Amino acid sequence: MTDRVDALVVGGGSTGCGIARDLAMRGLSVTLVEQGNLTHGTTGRMHGLLHSGGRYAVSDKASARECIEENRVLREIAGHCVEMTGGLFVQLEDDPDEYFERKLEGCRECDIPAEVLTAEEAREREPYLTRDVKRAIAVPDGAVDPFRLCVANAADAVEHGARIETHAPVTDVLVEGGEVVGVEVEHESGPGKRVHKEPGTTEEIRAEHVINATGAWAGRVGEMAGVDVEVRPSKGVMVIMNVRQVDTVVNRCRKKGDADIVVPHETTAILGTTDVEVEDPEDYPEERWEVDLMIETLSELVPILAEARTIRSFWGVRPLYEPPGTGTTDPTDITRDFFLLDHEDRDSLPGMTSIVGGKFTTYRMMAEKISDHVCGKLDVSAECRTAEEPLPGSEDFSILRDYMDEFGLRSPIGRRSVQRLGSRADEVLKTMDPNPVVCDCEAVTRAEIRDAIEGAGSDLNAVRIRTRASMGNCQGGFCCHRMASELHPEYDAETVSAAWDELVQERWKGERHALWGEGLSQAALNYQLHGTTMSLDRAPEVAEFAAFDSGAETATGGGKSDGD
Amino acid sequence: MAIEDDVLVIGGGLAGASAALGAARGGASVRLVTHKENTLRNASGLIDVLGYHGSDEPIAEPFEAIPDLPDEHPYRKVGVDAVREALALFDEVVGELYEGGHTERNALSPTYGGRIKPTSRYPTSAAAGLASKEGDTLLVGFETVTAFDAPLAAERLDPSVPFEVRGVTIAFPGDLRSDARITRLARALDADELTERGRRVGTREALAERVAEHLGDAERVGFPAVLGDEEHHEVRASLGGELGVPVFEVPMGPPSLPGMRLEDGLYEALDEEGVRVESGNPVVGYTEEGGRITAVSVDRGRREIPYHADQFVLATGGLVGKGIDSSREGVFEPVFGCHVPQPAERYEWFHDEAFDDQPYARFGVAVDGGLRPLDPEGRPEFSNLRAAGAVLGGYDMAREKSGSGVSLSTGLVAGRRASEDIQ
Repeated sequence: MTDRVDALVVGGGSTGCGIARDLAMRGLSVTLVEQGNLTHGTTGRMHGLLHSGGRYAVSDKASARECIEENRVLREIAGHCVEMTGGLFVQLEDDPDEYFERKLEGCRECDIPAEVLTAEEAREREPYLTRDVKRAIAVPDGAVDPFRLCVANAADAVEHGARIETHAPVTDVLVEGGEVVGVEVEHESGPGKRVHKEPGTTEEIRAEHVINATGAWAGRVGEMAGVDVEVRPSKGVMVIMNVRQVDTVVNRCRKKGDADIVVPHETTAILGTTDVEVEDPEDYPEERWEVDLMIETLSELVPILAEARTIRSFWGVRPLYEPPGTGTTDPTDITRDFFLLDHEDRDSLPGMTSIVGGKFTTYRMMAEKISDHVCGKLDVSAECRTAEEPLPGSEDFSILRDYMDEFGLRSPIGRRSVQRLGSRADEVLKTMDPNPVVCDCEAVTRAEIRDAIEGAGSDLNAVRIRTRASMGNCQGGFCCHRMASELHPEYDAETVSAAWDELVQERWKGERHALWGEGLSQAALNYQLHGTTMSLDRAPEVAEFAAFDSGAETATGGGKSDGD
Repeated sequence: MAIEDDVLVIGGGLAGASAALGAARGGASVRLVTHKENTLRNASGLIDVLGYHGSDEPIAEPFEAIPDLPDEHPYRKVGVDAVREALALFDEVVGELYEGGHTERNALSPTYGGRIKPTSRYPTSAAAGLASKEGDTLLVGFETVTAFDAPLAAERLDPSVPFEVRGVTIAFPGDLRSDARITRLARALDADELTERGRRVGTREALAERVAEHLGDAERVGFPAVLGDEEHHEVRASLGGELGVPVFEVPMGPPSLPGMRLEDGLYEALDEEGVRVESGNPVVGYTEEGGRITAVSVDRGRREIPYHADQFVLATGGLVGKGIDSSREGVFEPVFGCHVPQPAERYEWFHDEAFDDQPYARFGVAVDGGLRPLDPEGRPEFSNLRAAGAVLGGYDMAREKSGSGVSLSTGLVAGRRASEDIQ
């Protein structure tokens, strides 16, 4: 139905959005399709670590070098998505000295700034570290908001003419005459912004070249094209704490293992992770032992975690890949490097390239290499500019502005809004209408919610990841309905109800993994507010209104009462 | 001086107040100790007895439905007559603050989520808005009160009620900040004066003027529950007078003015009944002798003071109020360590959909017919300890809409029995 585009990117995670931006900036016509929200897959389900490369400085020096290089680039082009917290590799009394020395050497070889701290210095920096600290290595790790970063890439791609379709799963890869010529997608609620209750449609999108950037789902897209892409999905749990027990990234300095990192992220700290190979990237057990393991093991490093409040847990799947025949059995041993599978060379199927493996921190570099490859195929000579051009929100952005007066917002609401929005703050927050707070836990105002709705349609989970609303302590108990209200009257009550229910269910999904102590108390309060005070738990089915009390006046005055 | 009472009630919510009144009326000397702010300010102020059981059709006659409840339900422990008596006591002590006592039938109330729900007693401020009473309705929201979107609530309500509902959003009069609290709006209506464009006017009159242009054929007008704090009767009456139709409040979540007004009413009644109320300090331990509690210790910051009594009532609330607490290892009752029945495996405390029949919602102590908490073998934990309200297990107040009725009736019975058992 539409003309053939130059490039069709399948997958709206960091890699896909990065590729779409890169190619669009080089002047190609680009369409990106994503089965769920942007970040629906792995990108939205990670701990948000901006690697310094220190983590790979012993096992995988090539990756470590890429990480520090990209770490520097992202600080420049995505300042509003990055918090340079710094990171520590902490050696406890029983951890081997030999590994500590290798880590330090590795960092130096890979050009990663690294400084050795004594136990006292480390605990001065992070007072909640255990007294068993022997020493630590400080590196430039950071925290990055993967949602904000991914959305900014997509927004910039659109600025450069790309088309982005979310909630558009690929139902078929079109192969004609031995060549991939496009895909068929199902628009779950029609093309364009997602609107609940809108009927679905299908569309064939034709392209000169298709890029399969679906991470853990790459095998499925490959299968539709008739080629084998053997990704090995590996699940990992992340446990979110309600406050930042640490302000720097804290890693355990010993050989790989489960539960060895704490990443401060906005108002929370995220504990990670496990590494367990799974069959299906969408359907795998989310088990209690994984949650318990995070708390038990990481409280050896930061003891107050054992008593602290957990607000939810979530799982992500890594799109691990190794060339056929390598035969690694332990998923933690599989390389984090990425692979570009040119299906023309590999499978004699021109028209499609798959990108598998890789790391979030180096998403831009991966996108650059793939874009170079695609441009080579399409005979385009434009240069990559993504390492120099700031992302929307990060152009000429200074948080030192007097945002409180400017936007009539109190601190910390004003400060947090401006940090989230970066250079878009003016555009979003300068409104003539009253701008009350909608989400108290995360200090999100109406203007920010409405801006997100403008970008995402009636999808409140997309609003959530853009703004952080409903992601704080109350997990939406006090704000799901306020967020839903902002959809109205642009969207009718039925559409709002569907979006609202979806958000309530999504919040519960993560919350139920933290169902003890404060978390259980909060869940019970939310259940009562939603179920009792608002009565959201069921649609009313009242057969006979006259059977109910209609008030004292009518009863005594005769009238409509049936005379009790 | 030693503290010594006949009955000591621990907990200051609806159940604790009801227990203290029941015991005092039985002739006992009663003390009530309560730790933090109770959860009444979270509650809508509606008094639900039983709204649903086993189907999506709301129950019109709650007293008729009570005998069908399962054996472990608290209502089955106290019996249907006790529920009636508890509501009669409630009607008496709250006086003109509440309506609904003229009938045993449930009313249907609109919720701020745009649903209707069955309830037994409703604040007078909500009476004109019943969904079980005919009358075309205008709902009014305020631009800055994000918790209540009147046009959305109206659009959700309209198809499920046999009258018309419209909604409109207006600016609250005066120059309040966008983030002004609900209590600030209520006080502005209490004070009834403001300056607008250099002119001094009454807040109520200014508000009525803004609503009047949207009134149309509406026979009643509903607002979020912000219509006055101390002066709520007057605020409602004067708005109704200006608009020429009855005015009502839609019950809301925290901070809930109707909940706070109820709290004030209950504490006045306790005072009149001679109950000594102490708030702000937690009960942290107890002493026992031969299966009887002899005293509890109250943490007053610097030291722990023993409070002696002959009979004790545990009305500390459920998971929300921390009368029931939990860790990764299990669920427990923190004051006396009473047994709480629960699945051993933590991942069986919940189901996967938010509004499934959640096992955790039924957590609480199990009791005998005299409301005495039972140990795992089914024997009373202590011979002189009774439990009331949300600390009880075996019912799901959100799903059934039964929270207030259980608190009032189990409180009354626990208090009465305690006064009867004084040695």
